Amino acid sequence: MKKALTMDVKDNVGTAISAITAGEEVEVLSTKQEVVQRIKAKDSLPLGHKIALMDIQKGNEIKKYGAVIGKAVKDITVGQYVHIHNVESNRMPLTEHMLGYK
Amino acid sequence: MEFQGFVRPDGRAGVRNRVLVVATSDCAEPAARLIAQGMDDVVSVTQHLGCIALETVTTLVGAAKNPNIFATLLVSMGCEGIEAAPMMSEIEKTGKPVAIVRIQEIGSIRKTVARGREIVQKMLAEAQQQKRETLDLSQLAVGLKCGGSDTTSGIAANPAIGAMADMLVDAGASVVMIEPIEAIGAEEFLASRAANNSVKKQVLKWVSDEEKRWTVPGASVDFMCRGNIDGGLTTLEEKALGAIHKGGHRPIQGVLKNKRGFLEMVPQSGGFYLQEGTHEEIPAITYMAAAGVNIIVFATGRGGVFGHAICPVVRVTGNPETWARMNEDMDINASTIMEGKESIEGVGKRILDEVVAVASGKSTISEELGLDNFAVWKYDTRLEALLGLL
Repeated sequence: MKKALTMDVKDNVGTAISAITAGEEVEVLSTKQEVVQRIKAKDSLPLGHKIALMDIQKGNEIKKYGAVIGKAVKDITVGQYVHIHNVESNRMPLTEHMLGYK
Repeated sequence: MEFQGFVRPDGRAGVRNRVLVVATSDCAEPAARLIAQGMDDVVSVTQHLGCIALETVTTLVGAAKNPNIFATLLVSMGCEGIEAAPMMSEIEKTGKPVAIVRIQEIGSIRKTVARGREIVQKMLAEAQQQKRETLDLSQLAVGLKCGGSDTTSGIAANPAIGAMADMLVDAGASVVMIEPIEAIGAEEFLASRAANNSVKKQVLKWVSDEEKRWTVPGASVDFMCRGNIDGGLTTLEEKALGAIHKGGHRPIQGVLKNKRGFLEMVPQSGGFYLQEGTHEEIPAITYMAAAGVNIIVFATGRGGVFGHAICPVVRVTGNPETWARMNEDMDINASTIMEGKESIEGVGKRILDEVVAVASGKSTISEELGLDNFAVWKYDTRLEALLGLL
């Protein structure tokens, strides 16, 4: 089964520790490696990317490491891929320069 | 927990018993290198920032004061703006042996090297008389650094090192983290760990001063790049949190001052500290060494492989591919977290056990290879003045 890690009990996103394909079951692990949740992935996402552990309404906080990493700019449902298409920084918006540079 | 270390006259504990040869300027560096050449447990270091900068002196003096060092020989050309005598008096405050050789005074490089080697051999013989003693873990100071970071760093290696940092602090040990640029975006979270309001202000200033240095109009840098985004990092907050997570969760007791010719040593009372300085790998480690840190724990995704002249470096990788390709150069495999085989806390405990073993004399991979990197950083005083940060 595919796995995602949470860093804190307050987190509402998990980080994939291997690539996940839409439709797959995902085990969500704590830092003690306990299975804290099982969810079904609605989207595919690469290793190191994030999956929603609960429904998150537009405007609400995204939490990882027990801290706010940004806000939802669209409604997000459990199992969806969480990244720059539905989340924005509260601290510093991404610039075209950052997005275009590779 | 306990380790086997060397007690210095100032009460600090060392994990190595080295003799240090310091060239006070790069002009004198070849002589210092020739003095140290071929002798076990002798390292030579210098700085390459001229011979008049006060800040380089405090770093070199700090390296000599580090409890991993038994004794120090200062090698001076003789005409430097940096005078060896005040350096010697500062190092002598630790009660450790110090001597000076001046090339222009002794009369030639050859004579200086011969005289220097005599002094160092005497120091080594004395060092060999000192034996390791059983010491409480609270006497240990550990520095944290990450570099060559990738997607796995914020998920595996850094959180595991953070778990280790918490275990160390709970055991009464000191932990130091540097690289303020990494905290830009996570300043509020970091500041919430401050032990009191005064420390909270110091933490916020530690980060905002660094942000000012890197956002000078016309010469600013991006704090995120396409590679971060491709790796899964969505916001600056997330990137910063992943980096500072190697610092764990315990209260921050203070920010160690490191400016204008004053480098604060890590207090012996234990706890978690930040330090003013840079994120550049070797100079950052040198700064922590100059503050009295014994061992560096280094997280690397892509495989940063270097050592340090003063402190053993314990390398941790969370990347399974890096582990597969470079395990000969990695001290700790944290990629088991990425494979779902081991918990973050479990790996943290494993790193702690390795740190205790290294503190008690086990060689790190970089020590086995004789890697003794050393570089000194200097704030740009003119930029600091222009930004009002002096």
